[in-house]
Amino acid sequence: MAAPAALLYGFLYLYPAVSNLLYSTQRWDGVTKPEFVGLHNFKYLIANDLTFHKIVGNNIRFSFIVVILQTLFSLLFAIFLVKNTKSNIFLRTVFFFPTILSSVSVGLIWTFLYNPNFGFINATLKSLGLNSLALNWLNDARFSLYSVAIAQIWFHTGQMVVIYLAGLQQIPQELYESAEVDGASRWHQFRYVTWPMALPTTAVVVAYTTIQTFRAFDLVYSMTQGGPMNSSDLIVTNIFNMAFGAYKFGYASAESIILIIFVLVITWIQRRTLRVKGGEK
Amino acid sequence: MFYNISRRVLLAIFAILVLVPSSIVVLGSFKQDFEIYTNPLALPKHWSFANFTRLIHEGNVLTPFKNSFIVTSFSVVLTLTLASMCAFAISRMITVTGRVLFLLFALGLAIPGQVNIIPVYLLFVKLHLTNSLFGLILVNIAVTLPISIFILTTFFKDLPREMIEASGIDGAGMWRTYRSIALPLSKPAMGATGIFLFVICWNDLLYPLMLITQVDKKTLPLTLIDFRGEYATSYSMLFTAIMVASIPMVLMYIFMQKSFVAGLTAGAVKG
Repeated sequence: MAAPAALLYGFLYLYPAVSNLLYSTQRWDGVTKPEFVGLHNFKYLIANDLTFHKIVGNNIRFSFIVVILQTLFSLLFAIFLVKNTKSNIFLRTVFFFPTILSSVSVGLIWTFLYNPNFGFINATLKSLGLNSLALNWLNDARFSLYSVAIAQIWFHTGQMVVIYLAGLQQIPQELYESAEVDGASRWHQFRYVTWPMALPTTAVVVAYTTIQTFRAFDLVYSMTQGGPMNSSDLIVTNIFNMAFGAYKFGYASAESIILIIFVLVITWIQRRTLRVKGGEK
Repeated sequence: MFYNISRRVLLAIFAILVLVPSSIVVLGSFKQDFEIYTNPLALPKHWSFANFTRLIHEGNVLTPFKNSFIVTSFSVVLTLTLASMCAFAISRMITVTGRVLFLLFALGLAIPGQVNIIPVYLLFVKLHLTNSLFGLILVNIAVTLPISIFILTTFFKDLPREMIEASGIDGAGMWRTYRSIALPLSKPAMGATGIFLFVICWNDLLYPLMLITQVDKKTLPLTLIDFRGEYATSYSMLFTAIMVASIPMVLMYIFMQKSFVAGLTAGAVKG
């Protein structure tokens, strides 16, 4: 009964994952005969490829910003919306809305908002007399990565709010009541009840968002294509361009192997630290 | 006091941040370009479906819509069938095979599908499955199987043992138990998983981008990317295209909000 799924998965998921290892040891343009080069691709990527270093740096920065802000906002909004009042339920529906859009749509919408000449953001800034703040959000190497990060946060915060809500609603109400009897301020209630009780949910949100940012592709592809000058390029967008733009299949495979290692190491570190923290409480 | 004010202000800001761009798109799809640039939030001077008809005739948007619909519905139905069978078998297996199978699928959750793009592409070139909707369906199934099996196995393991055992005592085999007991009981879980899969497949860009080049085989996200070049200066057309691409999702969200939210969050939590 498990056979059809197992076969299909083995053939179209596990087998490619393994053959990826083989491709990563080759130099290959996809047309001529592949040439075996051992670990050369990896050596070059790690020691010499400055663009790749920049891109890994971009991805780490992108992850940090998105993970921290998205987790912070979603926890905050979940705390704000935890009671099942009519207005709260309506706001949850509104906040969740971007999640149902396709990433390409989100990319196109934000490309319009960011447009330096007639985009909504700059038009608003100019009408407020803040002409100096009306920047070239996507085409300036200093801002492009952060501009994409903002779109990413806009896109996924609502989904994380819902996950936090499920976690917060399981916190026993008595804990808050007794905290109030003890005269605990709102901050203290957060610090000593909400935060420790929501820690397992935070672990899920952080882990999920981290993985999401390391496999991000669609938004960058539809907003900046990684430009200008690789300033918003991420690992997966670079793998794609390396393979299907530059036809360096072996090299791109080596990049994917490095990405797998990255993701596994990060997942492992997060599991460990969050388990240690879980033990504390 | 301070808390209440800041709560209201922050909630209002984020609500505006969601509602303003959405309104710009919805209103923009009924407007002409200059109206979008001069006053994006104003109501259109004349409500007109001209953009939609132009997009259908000139942009031929119905073909990618149809392709997306075929690919998504087949992917979702087949993945749910294969995944529920497999998950049910795993949840009933106490042997090593069950554990090994589960671990293999869990491995698929740890390795993001994106790292497989090159070997999958090369394999599909060999199998002549590029530029084929069937190929896209196969990829979708393979990529979404791990998460679906993960969600459904957890669900099947929580089913009351007695019901399954009773049906075994009554002489029902594995298949019979799956069809008559497990499937009917798992409707909500299957519904939520199905919606989650629907969103993933409908919105997917990476695999179609890599596997499809023929115009008549393109899916909606790919066509949107093409439109970005074609209508680079015409946001009224782009907004209309976004509307067309989002309508199925929005309708599902309105009519099945509970399962929708449940599905998308289950996918995130379990993944």
